[in-house]
Amino acid sequence: MERLNSIEQLQALEQRMSADRDPHLPVIVISAGTCGQASGANDLIRIAKREILAHGLVDTVGLRVTGCHGFCQAEPSALVEPDGTFYPRLGIKEMARLVQAVSRGEVLEELLWRDPKTRRRVRKQSDIAFFRNQTRTILSRNERIDPIRVYTYIQDGGYSALGKVLWTGDARRVIEEVKASRLRGRGGAGFPTGQKWELLANQKNGRGKILVCNADEGDPGAYMDRSVLEGNPHSIIEGMLIGAYATGANEGVVYVRTEYPLAIKHLVIALRQARELGLLGNNILGTGFSFDIDIVKGAGAFVCGEETALMRSIEGERGEPRQRPPYPVQKGIDGKPTAINNVETWANVPIIISRGAAAFAQIGTPGSTGTKIFSLVGKVKNTGLVEVPMGVTIGEIVNEIGGGPSGRSEIKAVQTGGPSGGCIPASMFDLPIDYESLAEAGSIMGSGGMIVTDQNTCMVDVAKYFMKFLKDESCGKCFTCRKGTQRMWELLDDITTGHGTLQHLDLLEELALVVKDTSMCGLGQTAATPVLTTLRYFREEFVTHIERKYCPATVCRDLFAYRVIAEKCTGCGLCVKVCPTGALTGPKKEPHNLDDSKCIKCRACYEICNFDAIAGDAIIAVPAR
Amino acid sequence: MITLTMNGLPVMVEAGTTLLEAARYLGIEIPTLCHMDGLSPYGACRLCVVEIGDAPNSKLVSACTYPAVEGLKVRTGSSRVMRARRMVLELLLASCPQSKIIQDLASAHDVRRQRFRQEHEDCILCGLCVRMCAEQMMAKAIGFRGRGEHRSIGTPFDVASEVCRLCGGCMYVCPACQLRCTYNEPEKAICGACANLRAPCLEKPKFDDLMCYMAPCVACEIRQE
Repeated sequence: MERLNSIEQLQALEQRMSADRDPHLPVIVISAGTCGQASGANDLIRIAKREILAHGLVDTVGLRVTGCHGFCQAEPSALVEPDGTFYPRLGIKEMARLVQAVSRGEVLEELLWRDPKTRRRVRKQSDIAFFRNQTRTILSRNERIDPIRVYTYIQDGGYSALGKVLWTGDARRVIEEVKASRLRGRGGAGFPTGQKWELLANQKNGRGKILVCNADEGDPGAYMDRSVLEGNPHSIIEGMLIGAYATGANEGVVYVRTEYPLAIKHLVIALRQARELGLLGNNILGTGFSFDIDIVKGAGAFVCGEETALMRSIEGERGEPRQRPPYPVQKGIDGKPTAINNVETWANVPIIISRGAAAFAQIGTPGSTGTKIFSLVGKVKNTGLVEVPMGVTIGEIVNEIGGGPSGRSEIKAVQTGGPSGGCIPASMFDLPIDYESLAEAGSIMGSGGMIVTDQNTCMVDVAKYFMKFLKDESCGKCFTCRKGTQRMWELLDDITTGHGTLQHLDLLEELALVVKDTSMCGLGQTAATPVLTTLRYFREEFVTHIERKYCPATVCRDLFAYRVIAEKCTGCGLCVKVCPTGALTGPKKEPHNLDDSKCIKCRACYEICNFDAIAGDAIIAVPAR
Repeated sequence: MITLTMNGLPVMVEAGTTLLEAARYLGIEIPTLCHMDGLSPYGACRLCVVEIGDAPNSKLVSACTYPAVEGLKVRTGSSRVMRARRMVLELLLASCPQSKIIQDLASAHDVRRQRFRQEHEDCILCGLCVRMCAEQMMAKAIGFRGRGEHRSIGTPFDVASEVCRLCGGCMYVCPACQLRCTYNEPEKAICGACANLRAPCLEKPKFDDLMCYMAPCVACEIRQE
């Protein structure tokens, strides 16, 4: 790679790359993030390459392997440019046909996405409901960029924001621009990024300053940072370079978890390419500005996403938080002033610089500008990463982008913000998503996890699940977080096993408030949120567990039993077949018997009777005692 | 000098003073289990929480780690603080019911009931012993391992530490584990010195000026006989 020695050379390279690009050449874009690869994208890539080579189509069909496009439900998927035809859930054979079809300029109608509501085939990606209702500022770049080829990033206008900043040569103006964009930290707390940078810039330089990219994403069911890091590592590097120029930092660290091997691989390659191009290291683009980035791999402790614990971990100590002040911008890694931003925050920085703060601030609400990526998972038809402007309602995300409930059962609630977040009931789905509204509802924005639950989800069990996660992941340094989460889990366990009393609820609430009040770091202070919000919105479900000893969602196994209603049972024998323990017996055409002592409550008979059997609802759940 | 208000009283302290030190200077009692003069502040037990700032934006912080800030308003005994402190004591008592220090504190704070299931952990992981070993004895023989409910204190790999001088400093500072000194399973105790009936200090000539905190020391008692 030829080293770029001036901003003009970078611009010339970009112009050359754009001129080289044939806008009419059909390109097959294969989504191959971790999720895509897990569902078979690697096979598709292999087949596509083989077909292209075998049939001499190198000049007529292009192939681009990219990071995740966000539509997990449809993986492994491919997108055909330039018209944006979207092919979901491709197999090896279909891929071979697709290459042929693309070379002839044809569309394979039978492979197109079928809309689950209208049952009609939709051709273009931008017409699919999942994509249509999004504003994909960051995620759409994933489709245009091959993460291991820096030139595709430069072709897409990458590093032009850095060029612009270096050209202007005014660090203060960069900070003013970021402040004017009103960008807030995407890690969850929502601290204004521009203000954080200003604080860092105002620190005395001394032994140097450090910028950190926090990629320690540990929430169950959330993976947007992984997808950005895998799909577009150069945008993080560019964002950090701009941040470094603005704040005078000379060292950068990306703290990423070891569980993200593909993200680490892509980032290592990206860093090497950026160094070779002269975009990282000493004397960047011949301007005399120097900055370099290191990768630190975390061992996978959830608490290391908390900034003081993260700094300890980077220093090589145990990942344990400490009390602030001093804040990281005053005294951070090795005592040097440090600013820590989330992956998504860094990815937004080049966009703000290229498009301008005013254009960025127009999107979203006045208090929360820009877009936010959520990972929409759970009981919805379309799961995946969705990027929406701040201020859209939860209902729009769940019902329009998510396509509504995946099964027959109605949606009950959405859990936002991971283990530190709360559950928002379906009755509040017109709540706009921004930092303040979510906080008012008792939940948090968090890093963007969004788990949809339906009537088959027990809210007591949800609270218990998150409490189990937190009691395992609490670092254990401060007593109230360590013991408080253990005790809250214990109380919830009592309730779900039928040993709960109404006093348990009062104690749970009292304890939750104290844990929230007295814990040292963000993990402990928000650990009580799952309990407090489920108690606030679903108290009657807790009371049913305690007073009737019954779990209405039939999740808590000690609190219900299945019964066969003899009058309704037609004796079709389906339930006898699916029962793994032989608890259901009986000759055909006669009502079956259920032996409670053998029943493990696996739900198989209940579901098969409800959906497949003739009788329909001959097996019902009743309170255990 | 920094001026702050503590329970309505103005107090002037030097920069770098913690809220706990400032309170003690004024003679205000703040209970704590994980703080000791001469050891670095840690903030683990959460007993020393105080309320800072004005309502509704006031918050609780641990007094032992929070530095005095100009103009800060501190309340050491507000109802919010007392509610939190009582709950912390109730949790402590449920986990370590045999500690005399915790019993006394609970009694002093009018904690009359224990609504959690009783455990016998005998260690509140306050970290005093770890800091004593590292900062005063310069040995670093013991440390924390594990996280969450698996967090515990021990020597590396659970083998008798070579750098441990059996000084007993860890036991001297422990607020909860008086049991350890008369531990009947010495191999499970951290240093095992309490049950070591030979005199370790005499057998190790290079440690002859060891600062022994064990009083009475089992080894010395035997020697006297």
